[in-house]
Amino acid sequence: MLRRLLRNPLAAAGGLIVLALFAAAAGAPWLAPYDPSDFDAAYVLDGPSVRHLLGTDGLGRDVLSRMLFGARVSLMVGFVSVGIASLVGVTLGAVAGYFRGVVDTVLMRFVDVMLTFPTFFLILAVIAYLDASIWNIMLVIGLTSWMGVCRLVRAEVLSLRERDFLVAAEALGMKPSRVILRHALPNAMAPVFVAGILGVAGAILVESALSFLGIGVQPPQPSWGNILTEGKSTLGVAWWLSVCPGLAILITVLGYNLLGEGLRDVLDPRLRAR
Amino acid sequence: MLSYLAKRLAGFVPLLLGISFVSFLVMAMAPGTPVDLMTDLNPKASPEARERLEKFYGLDQPLYVQYGLWLGRIVQGDLGTSFSRDRRPVLDKIAEALPITLFLNVLDLALILGLAIPIGIYSAARQYSLVDRATTVFVFIGFAMPSFWVALLAMMLFGEQLGWLPISGLRSLDYDSMSALGQIGDRVRHLILPVGIAALTGLAGLSRYMRSSMLEVLRQDYIQTARAKGLSETVVVYRHALRNALLPVVTILGLSIPGLIGGSVIAETIFAIPGMGRLFYTSVLMRDYPVVMGITLIGAVLTLLGNLLADLMYVAVDPRLRKR
Amino acid sequence: MSKVSTVSDVSDVRGTNGKRLLDVRGLATAFDTSEGIVRAVDGVDFHVGEGETVALVGESGCGKSVTALSILRLVQAPAGRIVAGRIELAGVNLLELPEAEMRKVRGAKIAMIFQEPMTSLNPVLTVGYQIAEAVRLHRGLSKREAWKEAVRVLDLVEIPDAAERAAGYPHQLSGGMRQRVMIAMALSCDPRLLIADEPTTALDVTIQAQILELLDSLRARLGMALLLITHDLGVVAERAERVLVMYAGRVIEEGPVDRVFAEPHHPYTRGLLRSVPRLGRERAPLATIPGVVPKLNALPAGCRFRDRCDAAVAECASVDPALEPLGEGRRVACIVATRRGGLES
Repeated sequence: MLRRLLRNPLAAAGGLIVLALFAAAAGAPWLAPYDPSDFDAAYVLDGPSVRHLLGTDGLGRDVLSRMLFGARVSLMVGFVSVGIASLVGVTLGAVAGYFRGVVDTVLMRFVDVMLTFPTFFLILAVIAYLDASIWNIMLVIGLTSWMGVCRLVRAEVLSLRERDFLVAAEALGMKPSRVILRHALPNAMAPVFVAGILGVAGAILVESALSFLGIGVQPPQPSWGNILTEGKSTLGVAWWLSVCPGLAILITVLGYNLLGEGLRDVLDPRLRAR
Repeated sequence: MLSYLAKRLAGFVPLLLGISFVSFLVMAMAPGTPVDLMTDLNPKASPEARERLEKFYGLDQPLYVQYGLWLGRIVQGDLGTSFSRDRRPVLDKIAEALPITLFLNVLDLALILGLAIPIGIYSAARQYSLVDRATTVFVFIGFAMPSFWVALLAMMLFGEQLGWLPISGLRSLDYDSMSALGQIGDRVRHLILPVGIAALTGLAGLSRYMRSSMLEVLRQDYIQTARAKGLSETVVVYRHALRNALLPVVTILGLSIPGLIGGSVIAETIFAIPGMGRLFYTSVLMRDYPVVMGITLIGAVLTLLGNLLADLMYVAVDPRLRKR
Repeated sequence: MSKVSTVSDVSDVRGTNGKRLLDVRGLATAFDTSEGIVRAVDGVDFHVGEGETVALVGESGCGKSVTALSILRLVQAPAGRIVAGRIELAGVNLLELPEAEMRKVRGAKIAMIFQEPMTSLNPVLTVGYQIAEAVRLHRGLSKREAWKEAVRVLDLVEIPDAAERAAGYPHQLSGGMRQRVMIAMALSCDPRLLIADEPTTALDVTIQAQILELLDSLRARLGMALLLITHDLGVVAERAERVLVMYAGRVIEEGPVDRVFAEPHHPYTRGLLRSVPRLGRERAPLATIPGVVPKLNALPAGCRFRDRCDAAVAECASVDPALEPLGEGRRVACIVATRRGGLES
């Protein structure tokens, strides 16, 4: 499977980007040339130079260092929110598919309702009540993006529920819940995994947008989105503040999307022929 | 057809109830009561005044009664009054901002459809051609680009550096002194950046979708039949394939409406456009809960209406749904 | 069974002496797949005479449908393409025609009907439109005349309330009715050759006979030739004059139906015929051909059938047999059979 993934050049590129990001985030304390919150007073809003590779911001902080630490934020937000979403989605989906009937109807209606809200509105509405912090952001993104996974898992469990061998297993006195856990969930895992990888990209985009709007990760903690906020106020003066973090987001999201699509092609034999 | 629509409409009732319930829950989850917030702003409020307010909002009642009361008010079109200094009814504030947002979104949608459909058709009909490959690259990058960043870069380039386009608001300061033609031109110039950038992500997504939908249709047996009849490829694609390929696009269009509406927050905030998105953003910053909840609710209802519209389009395109 | 012999008696005369309508020589069609280039059709030779019914038989995947699509040049580029051969229709090599000229052949001179009536009609266009479209294109009729013509051919294929049906959509029709619509569409421009690719496989058994009967009688009435692709040997015996047997992308045996069925030369044909259940012989175990069809990208050297052949000799591993004439309008691609045949005559 790995070999097939590597044979797809786009997916391999995506995987490489993701790996590089992991490395950057993990190695940020060592890779960063400066402490991300240190002021270099003589070099405020200074363009890219040997001293500061990606320039400095309005307080004279090193942009490269801040971006490396920002990578940690993106990574964490991406994976924690997707983790929350997958947990909620898989649980509710399995419950709906397993119990069917009223439980299923109610849960699926709930999914419909959640899908009707513009997600960005919902996120902002909740953030209006909670304080904007990285933890709240992750929680809110996770709790507003589980619906797709839920539908996936439900369909898988439901189709298994309807198959004959489950009836046979029940007749033999085996617990259907065990059969579901053993067979349906592993089957559903491949698409859930792909959805998760693509979800990471989505979560990173949402986080950066929120941080950009000033209601996400709060300064002085650096995130790509809030570096861009400063880029907006120094538009035309300090182009590097707008260009660099944006490019980082673009490349990151591109990496996860390529990897996710590549994985889907590898994992889904029905799509492979195309 | 009528019974099909009736069924769809009936399905919306529980959805609407669910929407209102979730909205109410989110509101009820909020730390502190609206009365706290109001009295916080006014330290001179007496305990009696507080009690009066609590009674007015029904806060002394159990939660489900509160929901009932709240729902009753909503149905009558009463979304409460804004916490902001103007104390205006939420509905009035939304009614002021909504048309601008709707107008922008309709423009977005028109732009997206107008470009994505031909792009999708072309790349599917000439799969693996140069244009098709270029489209694929554009789609991946367009999908990954944060729209607010593109907006920033565009402002930098077209606004600051080149000075070609205005970067905020919907009209210039000297709008009133312009000729009629000049006024139209001024409007258009103000719209180019916000609409163009808001359309970018949707454009990437929809062209990709249109392409794969078209490819799927071109593989169908009836396309083979059409070719075996001796029809030209143009007729095969536009007469026989297009309508079938549009069916799933209509569905996805309905589904993409929430994203479009949600996206107006970013576009309107960046370009300082006084629409519903920016109203929402400022209300979130000021913790103006009634407005926040009102807009969330309206956003969901707009999505439902969008879905209904998509259903109508679906029925118009697919004869299989018409005679039921 | 008596009917078979009368039909084939006539066909012998027409099939062997009549003018050749379609002449296919050395046709090869290749596809790019994830496992390399595969020749689904690899050097196919055959002809169809004016007004003749020829059956093309073989297991699924042997290249029957690709042969049919190749004749109409409908193999989809860029994955598939015709790499060699000639396809002559009344002396004109179709493979050399510009695309615009080829379009005047499709539907007008050669029409085709497909296996799946449920998916072969466009769901968003009316039945009448789909027929009238071809009529307008090839016969230059006005919209209204073409519609009338569509109703007429629907009537011809015995669809009740043709005028009403024409205004309806495919989903309102049953599978059998849809296949009738396909036939009507194919006949609407008086083609000289009709290619029917497994026209009844997807239909109920009772409907199958009706559709075949209809096809046969219309063919006779309109004097067109029919290339009937099928894996149903019963259908072949009943409807065709000559039969072509395909195996792994090649025609390996050819001849008048009654002769081939009575005395098959190729071991594969023999196996194929033995595997057909017959009434009155219930006791005898059904024979199967051992092994599976080889993958087209991993064909054995020499004869493609030798791995499964019960008559193979050492030479079969090195000689790739060509289709050799054996007299009586018969040909076979098997060195063993050719030798034996040579000795007999």
